Amino acid sequence: MGAGRLYLAVAAGGFRRYATYRLATAAGVFTNTVFGVILVFTYLALWEERPGLGGYDQAQAVTYVWLGQCLFATLAIQGGGAEKELMERIRTGEVAVDLYRPVDLQLWWLAGDLGRAAFQLLGRGVVPFLFGAAFFPTALPTDVARWAAFTVTLLLAGVVSFAIRYLVALSVFWLLDGTGVNQALMIAGLFFSGMLLPLNAFPGAFGEVVRVLPWAAQLQMPADVLMGETGVAGALAFQAGWAVVLLAAGRAVQSAATRRVVVQGG
Amino acid sequence: MAERGAVVEGLRAYRLIAGMWVRSSMTYRTSFAVTVVGNLLLTGLDFVGILLMFSQVDRLGGWSLPEVAFLYGLSVTAFGFADLVLGSMDALGARMRDGSFDVLLVRPVPVLAQVGADRFALRRLGRITQGLAVLGWALSAVDVEWTAAKVLLVPVMVLSGAVIFGAVFVAGAAFQIVAQDAAEVQNAFTYGGTTLLQYPPTVFGNDLVRGVTFTLPLAFVNWVPAAHVLGRPYPVALPGWTAYASPLVAAVCCGAAGLVWRSGLRAYRSTGS
Repeated sequence: MGAGRLYLAVAAGGFRRYATYRLATAAGVFTNTVFGVILVFTYLALWEERPGLGGYDQAQAVTYVWLGQCLFATLAIQGGGAEKELMERIRTGEVAVDLYRPVDLQLWWLAGDLGRAAFQLLGRGVVPFLFGAAFFPTALPTDVARWAAFTVTLLLAGVVSFAIRYLVALSVFWLLDGTGVNQALMIAGLFFSGMLLPLNAFPGAFGEVVRVLPWAAQLQMPADVLMGETGVAGALAFQAGWAVVLLAAGRAVQSAATRRVVVQGG
Repeated sequence: MAERGAVVEGLRAYRLIAGMWVRSSMTYRTSFAVTVVGNLLLTGLDFVGILLMFSQVDRLGGWSLPEVAFLYGLSVTAFGFADLVLGSMDALGARMRDGSFDVLLVRPVPVLAQVGADRFALRRLGRITQGLAVLGWALSAVDVEWTAAKVLLVPVMVLSGAVIFGAVFVAGAAFQIVAQDAAEVQNAFTYGGTTLLQYPPTVFGNDLVRGVTFTLPLAFVNWVPAAHVLGRPYPVALPGWTAYASPLVAAVCCGAAGLVWRSGLRAYRSTGS
């Protein structure tokens, strides 16, 4: 079996695993829709007070909300993807089994997480997004090329999201318990991804900093590409740059961890 | 009389189970301290979002920052108390699925007390602390002609609000018994409810405001009484006495949640695994 096919199979497995919980998925769709409605009204009030905030008009702000709800589970913005299971496997020592396998540890987990993300996007993300587009004024392009570019940014966003969470998960090799880092991951993810407010609308120098952090690759970049607020090439380069840096850091930490850490278990 | 005995028995059981979980979490003191701080930061993020919004505008839906902070403090503190006492009820779905709910049914202790106290977590004090801090700041910053009735209304709102949210937790748990596992639906009403109430009612569409005033009366946690305290018009016309009706609404919610919980329990069928 070729390496490519192997990782495709792992990704398909990740997809199917999450597809099993249909009722939980439906419940998640409901929750994302409710939160979307609440946020849309607050954003509409905000943009009525400050038209053009962050370069968005009201329809664009609304689109941003529904894209956020769509990608919330897909990109595991507050955690809860592959990294959660990996942390548990490191804690219990089961990760030793993963290290035996004649596959690349990072790619194995990346493939599984992208499979999960694909399911979360189709099963959980699309419906709230369509609901939002149907009941609120949105700013969606009719240009096919724009949607194609958007799809690529989604894939890169998925890789960056995984790369951050993989690094965090590896810290458990030293910390042994993931509770604290999980919490930090959750706070950073919600805040720096722009789930509270589009990063474009963050004030002053603070805004400048927030917009170049890796979390900006997750929601802000796909949203701006979809709505034509940023150049496609620049956005893709930004995302790909962070993906490469973070994946490389993950590999470095991984080799340090497997060289000097004793696997837990009895 | 038997009913009274059951309540006393339930409270006693709740205290014992909760105490056990507190002792267990205190075994790892550093971890506990870290999670309390983390909880405080995490629940404070919503307020950071509000501050970010107010860094760009002076008013939201016509309400100033101290006024929105007043709503926020009330909503988060009331929700925090309900979450501390009954917050583990959203884990009921997992017990449905793995069949461990059966164990709770055969113990000679009221099921509600067992489910409520399950995994009782003092770290949830983080949310209450954060809510009280914002509420304290808001009270000092809002421009209100305080009368005795208005001052009294503040603790009444927090208590009634906690009871209303508690009723939502219990009703949601009953729904999970029927639906087997739908913790996220419950989250939409509990976490979604507390988020909704952090913003002024004027921000939302009138149908939504009517819905949370008359159908699922979350508006009585803070919107209706707080609009009266701040002297702001409520988007839906209500008679004046409703500003003081929160305890009554809380009592009705409790009764309704109790009925729903009982019918949920009766409908329970074990997964058998």
